[in-house]
Amino acid sequence: MINLNAGSPRVPLAEQWSSYKAGCKLVNPNNKRKLDIIVVGTGLAGASAAATLGQLGYNVKSFCYQDTPRRAHSIAAQGGINAAKNYQNDGDNIFRLFYDTIKGGDYRARESNVYRLASISPDIIDLCVAQGVPFAREYGGLLANRSFGGTQVSRTFYARGQTGQQLLIGAYSALSRQIAEGTVRLYNRRDVLDIVVIDGKARGIIARNLVTGEIERHSAHAVVLASGGYGNVFYLSTNAMGSNVTPAWSAYKKGALFANPCFTQIHPTCIPVHGEFQSKLTLMSESLRNDGRIWVPAEKADAEKLRKREITPEQVHESKRDYYLERRYPAFGNLVPRDVASRAAKERCDAGYGVGSTGLAVYLDFGDAIKRLGVEAISARYGNLFQMYEQITADNPYKTPMMIYPAVHYTMGGLWVDYELMTNVPGLFAIGECNFSDHGANRLGASALMQGLADGYFVLPYTISGYLSNEIHTPQIQTTLPEFHTAVREVGDRLAKLKNTGGKQSVDHFHKQLGKIMWEYCGMSRNEAGLQTAIGLISDLKEEFASDVRIPGGLKEYNPELEKAWRVQDFIELGDLMVRDALQRKESCGGHFREEYQTSDGEALRNDDGFSFVGAWEYKGGSAPELHKEELRFEAVKPSQRSYK
Amino acid sequence: MIFTLKIWRQKNASDNGGLVTYKVDDISPDSSFFEMLDSLNQQLIARGEDPVAFDHDCREGICGTCSLYINGRPHGPLKGTTTCQLHMRSFRNGETIFVEPWRCGAFPVVKDLIVDRSAFDRIIQAGGYVSVNSGGIPDANTLPVPKPAADAAFDAAACIGCGACVASCPNASAMLFVAAKVSHLALLPQGRVEAERRVQNMVATMDSLGFGGCSNTYACEAECPKEITIANIARMNREFLAAKLFAEKEKQVSFSL
Repeated sequence: MINLNAGSPRVPLAEQWSSYKAGCKLVNPNNKRKLDIIVVGTGLAGASAAATLGQLGYNVKSFCYQDTPRRAHSIAAQGGINAAKNYQNDGDNIFRLFYDTIKGGDYRARESNVYRLASISPDIIDLCVAQGVPFAREYGGLLANRSFGGTQVSRTFYARGQTGQQLLIGAYSALSRQIAEGTVRLYNRRDVLDIVVIDGKARGIIARNLVTGEIERHSAHAVVLASGGYGNVFYLSTNAMGSNVTPAWSAYKKGALFANPCFTQIHPTCIPVHGEFQSKLTLMSESLRNDGRIWVPAEKADAEKLRKREITPEQVHESKRDYYLERRYPAFGNLVPRDVASRAAKERCDAGYGVGSTGLAVYLDFGDAIKRLGVEAISARYGNLFQMYEQITADNPYKTPMMIYPAVHYTMGGLWVDYELMTNVPGLFAIGECNFSDHGANRLGASALMQGLADGYFVLPYTISGYLSNEIHTPQIQTTLPEFHTAVREVGDRLAKLKNTGGKQSVDHFHKQLGKIMWEYCGMSRNEAGLQTAIGLISDLKEEFASDVRIPGGLKEYNPELEKAWRVQDFIELGDLMVRDALQRKESCGGHFREEYQTSDGEALRNDDGFSFVGAWEYKGGSAPELHKEELRFEAVKPSQRSYK
Repeated sequence: MIFTLKIWRQKNASDNGGLVTYKVDDISPDSSFFEMLDSLNQQLIARGEDPVAFDHDCREGICGTCSLYINGRPHGPLKGTTTCQLHMRSFRNGETIFVEPWRCGAFPVVKDLIVDRSAFDRIIQAGGYVSVNSGGIPDANTLPVPKPAADAAFDAAACIGCGACVASCPNASAMLFVAAKVSHLALLPQGRVEAERRVQNMVATMDSLGFGGCSNTYACEAECPKEITIANIARMNREFLAAKLFAEKEKQVSFSL
């Protein structure tokens, strides 16, 4: 059994981070430039970390699969970023942000990490504004805020519906400055396919140059993974087409524990699926729920007619509409957290009240808001989102209600890390969405951007120095060491094997199959029998993939099918781990809803006595993975049943 | 719907390349342009041929990865829309569609429809940032920024770096891209401190990378999927001129010291 000790400072919560910083070991500037750090990924976490480490004088190598760091998928985040600035004087403070995040995560996150996140949040806004991020402002010239996704204060900073884009451009510009100064070297269009561990420490990576197909070795004194989430295991998700689990999965196979893989977030407001050919799902920002009202017909007959397009939604009389979130959760109404809103939509659709041609959609209606505020005000708030919706669906949301349905959006699970954001493999760090640490079983809106930037700009630069202060006598790691040879050989063998499978089916065929299994049995709600079925189906799919995949093109050239094949193979293995994790967690919490564990009125039933732990899985080669537990202790907040009623 | 596609195929940067004709059928009008290409690629894989390589990632119009001339127009026929947000209902059933990569010396073809746009990164590295480190920053509300300035800065900062401006320009000029970044930062007090140096370095880098000059055709504005206006180019020219004059003055001051 691996001893999972977070190593949080043993002082009261509010003093932990300052106490840590006061005692943290530093590296002398002359030594910093002799130390190499690899950062994998250039989203908010990766770009901010690489830029900051470069500013500090370390020798940084930054990797991304995209053609430029500015395209990492953080760019697609719409709604905003939380910070406990209390600019609105509405009762916000660090403790409240901490409390909301712990509660929103359904008491499955680690207190010490979350408190640090909340306490750092104001610094992020200061830095981003100094970088030139054009946040929304009031006419007085000060920053504007809005209330967002399940909180009762207005602490969300935003840049229209493109907050992620603007924050990422800020981080990318900081990174570009370091590239120009020579402290960061960029390796774009690279897939990181393996982590090299030498004498128990992470010492490098194996990357594939996507343009030439060349297999490259890169060494470092520490490796930082910022490779994002694994939502694409579901095939259809709001993630980018290239988002993948591969760097994190190779870390898992090299001994890093993978924590809470079953905690995935299904976002309530996405454009519904419309056909078999569909390749991805598009999110409509949660901010829409501030003014939009969610409803389905109160009578099945109306739902039936709407599905057949015999009537339009406007023809359903007010008294025959069921605003089910307002009905079930009067205190929070349409602003309940994501997991609650998603499940409620599924419940109505499963009960036969869904609309749209598939019956898998609910209305998000701006009629009342337009009456109250006027078209102009609504357009100023959501214009770009309405336009995006119309481009995709050919419906005009100013005239007719939007149709939405939940879709996979974010993954709370990820590599297990301690207080220093280091995995159990020394020298291997994980930041941003690719770790598990801050969101428990459900992430609140506008918290992902906060975590990515907190980790990269303000946490990792301190915590990594503690590790590197013991590495100053280690000379540059040679890539001719036997561990590099072995890793290169293994990567080469796997690529060749994929290429030479000589089967009949495309990679997408398998990816779609996997997505269907995961969505059906390990999606918005799960049960024992379904999960057992999924294990069998995934195992069959894995075998089928190994014998029947067809990959055209060569190894030493630009070959997108080969890239996808590697990623999908990893996703199939991850799918199995997610299902196992969902099976062992015999409770409902956050995004993980086990049908066997619910209250009489259909709400999630958590089991704090049995499951107040982080479930961290250890890779065991051919045999079943082993579960390790980090017990969660709540000192500042007492776990209670989440109620939004 | 059925379509005839004439797609540019090119094995690698040194290959000559050429247009190849394909047919696709059973395409839903609700499918996106890339979903149509996905379906073509599934056909090609089934036949044992090499699928068409094209750049795409977020498929929601924000990452800027996608490109393509579609019937000669960057990002296709719709205004203010990236290729990934284009749907087949925007085409006539049975239409022949030409699909080509960006044509510009500074964006060499990597394979088929994929080009190398790292020249844009080089331009940003020349000064497209505010030189602040992660720490020691005063409170964000210390410095009020007039809302109109912040809004205008946002409009310029909405650039996704896709390269449609260069692709649409008869001179393959990158002026709109550079001007968007120069404007974004010049409009904000945080960016003013380095404004003179920034505009000069970014323009010099743009010139050195083989982009052409601007001759005011306005094609870039017409084709920009984020509708960045050429007012930004005027602003950059003003900034550039002022910087040059200011630089002269600075020289004299330093001589007189």
